[in-house]
Amino acid sequence: MGVIEARSVGSRSTEVRLPRRTPLTWVRSGGLTTIVFLLPLLFVFGAFSWYPIVRTVVMSLQHTNLVQPATWVGLDNFRAVIHDPLLPIAVKNTAEFAGLALVLGYPIPLIAAVLMSEVRKRRGVYTVLAYLPVVIPPVVAVLLWKTFYDASSAGVFNTLLGWVHLGPYTWLQSQSTAMPSLVLEATWANAGGTVIIYLAALMSVDSELYEAASVDGAGILRKVWHITLPQLRGVLLVTMILQIIATAQVFLEPYLFTSGGPANSTLTVLLLIYNYAFGNSLGGDYGKATALSLMLAVFLALFSWIYLRLTRSWSTN
Amino acid sequence: MKSTRRAATLAAACLLAVCASSISSAAVKSGSTSSASTVTISVASLIPGSTDAAKQQFAAQVSQFEKANPSIKVKPVEYQWTGPTFAAKLAAGTLPTVFEVPFTDARTLGENGQLADLTSLVKKLPYYSKYNPAVIAEGTTAKGKIVALPKGAYAQALHYNRKLFQQAGLNPNKPPTTWGQVAAYAKQIAQKTGKTGYAEMAKNDNTAGWILTTVVYTLGGRMETGSGTKAKATLSNPLTAQALNMLKRMRWTDNSMGSNFDMGWSDINQQFAAGNIGMYISGSDIYTNLVQASNVDPSIYGIAPLPLAKNKNAGVLGGGTLASVKPNVNAAEKAAAVKWIDFYYERPLVTKSQAVRNAQTLEANKQPVGVPALPVFNKAQYDLANTWIKPYINVPLGQMKAFTSGIFKQKVIPEPAAATQSVYHALDPVVQAVLTDKNADVTSLLGQANSAAQTAISSGG
Repeated sequence: MGVIEARSVGSRSTEVRLPRRTPLTWVRSGGLTTIVFLLPLLFVFGAFSWYPIVRTVVMSLQHTNLVQPATWVGLDNFRAVIHDPLLPIAVKNTAEFAGLALVLGYPIPLIAAVLMSEVRKRRGVYTVLAYLPVVIPPVVAVLLWKTFYDASSAGVFNTLLGWVHLGPYTWLQSQSTAMPSLVLEATWANAGGTVIIYLAALMSVDSELYEAASVDGAGILRKVWHITLPQLRGVLLVTMILQIIATAQVFLEPYLFTSGGPANSTLTVLLLIYNYAFGNSLGGDYGKATALSLMLAVFLALFSWIYLRLTRSWSTN
Repeated sequence: MKSTRRAATLAAACLLAVCASSISSAAVKSGSTSSASTVTISVASLIPGSTDAAKQQFAAQVSQFEKANPSIKVKPVEYQWTGPTFAAKLAAGTLPTVFEVPFTDARTLGENGQLADLTSLVKKLPYYSKYNPAVIAEGTTAKGKIVALPKGAYAQALHYNRKLFQQAGLNPNKPPTTWGQVAAYAKQIAQKTGKTGYAEMAKNDNTAGWILTTVVYTLGGRMETGSGTKAKATLSNPLTAQALNMLKRMRWTDNSMGSNFDMGWSDINQQFAAGNIGMYISGSDIYTNLVQASNVDPSIYGIAPLPLAKNKNAGVLGGGTLASVKPNVNAAEKAAAVKWIDFYYERPLVTKSQAVRNAQTLEANKQPVGVPALPVFNKAQYDLANTWIKPYINVPLGQMKAFTSGIFKQKVIPEPAAATQSVYHALDPVVQAVLTDKNADVTSLLGQANSAAQTAISSGG
């Protein structure tokens, strides 16, 4: 009789006694193997995940250049970040990016997935085409789009628009169009992954529901509204929070396209963190960088918690 | 069952042991001393993207050094100083043993303990007493510790494309001498050739602020007064506004600045070398980079001193580069590093044999010899060194005459001393706003920049 079996029996009968657990029995029952297998995992998580988090918290309370010994400064870094005139600009820009990405980038993958699920032939080809931008290295994608956005009349977009007597437009060189330009590229680059998720979710929708709706005379739009969206609402709510968290941490596009310009119009919170840490060649302010990182992490954790609480009743099951 | 578990435990233990041993062996391999008698140092070599000829030239210099110092092994590392990458490498400890920093940063880095103290080794150099005091001071901390030695000094200059000048009907031997002429010539080049008449670095990496400060100096303005954390930011002054309004006119009224307003140092060099820019401002020694990294056609190149306004405070911004050593090296590495600095950076400026050998190596590998610079020691020594290398000079000196004959008549003014890079960074968005927003409010923008710069100055950096 094994230990587990004895336990379950013992819970019902006081006559069966549990075997005494000693270190030896623990070793003999494979405990050591478990620990040995666990150690590399603990090491990897500890070194690359938990230690940096703890170090971030510690550094946010210090003044350090990472060469000389650090000094404790209490909450000074947090105060300095809150009083930085660039913080409201960065928060506003990040919110603008997240908002535009939600308006533009959230429905497009859903529409694409619904259309692709309706296609009977060569669905695989469309799936590959939709997913292709995801496998292009992000830096390459940005460099590619930089040529698209060339502000001269020889730029790709300006050439295309020139054929219909529009432009040339300044794209990344204008404070008003720089941010939408970044969102457009980010949507192109990331939509493929979400399309795949939606396609997988669509396959789980009972086809009898669509057949019944067809019998009732429903068109494609009514089917989408009354069947697809309600059936996908769980996935939709999860992808929405994931997108909000991702866009709140946007860095790559503003860093590579514009470095936060022109005139701070694409400066995001993460780019501000980067600038605190590395923007000054004299060593950077790692205390302020980690303080703002923590503030962002806490905000996103709170936001996610509230979001999940509010949407709990809307989720499936 | 038991044997399976034992085997699994043994396998896992072996895996851990392998991991541990590979980590420890890697640690041993990363050490810089391969044996008791040999010291290995890594040194900043050329910027990424340099031509094969430039790399061969550098390798030849390394061979010469290693031959003369058999106990030192030199490992060249591609290196380009930019504010953000330097800060990241500094924090991560991944800078080479010997690296380069601008004049503006060395003192503060030394005060912060981020550069090695080279004082005792430098004072033993035979030419130590000959240094221009103002130049050696750039690498000396307030407590007198020498933390860096000068590689070279430059004055900001106007670089122009002679071919575009000709195509636009301008005389390439008569570059502009006033800012009014710069604007007029830029307009003419843009209209006649369709290329950018005048371009400025306008990236958010401090280069936009650097060039704006340069122009303000030529008008007689300054970005700060006083020194240290007590310095007062004076970014918001009528001459800065004048410089910005001049830029605004060229951009929006004359339409002579093209369509690319986010170029940094490398970008603008490449665009110029590609023949897309009529005129731009950069250091007088930029020709080396234009050859090494951008394959410029020498026949198109021209350089002139910056126009100075009729103002007694008007001058040309001067700067330079210093060679320094990372702080956490041992005594043997530090001594080897100073020997390399002596060999590679300093001797060619003061010793005839080394100057000639250096020039020969550069010339043999088709690298520029005789690029205009400012004296690290003094004008007499600079002229003397130029006579040593005269047979090997291969830069188009005739096309540089306007600069070489004019620069020593100009007053060279050092960069803002307090929180230099932060002052430039505060000005970046102002320049960008003027170039990307027709209705940019210069006064308001300068007020915000002044406030940001003052905060940086007061907090020491």
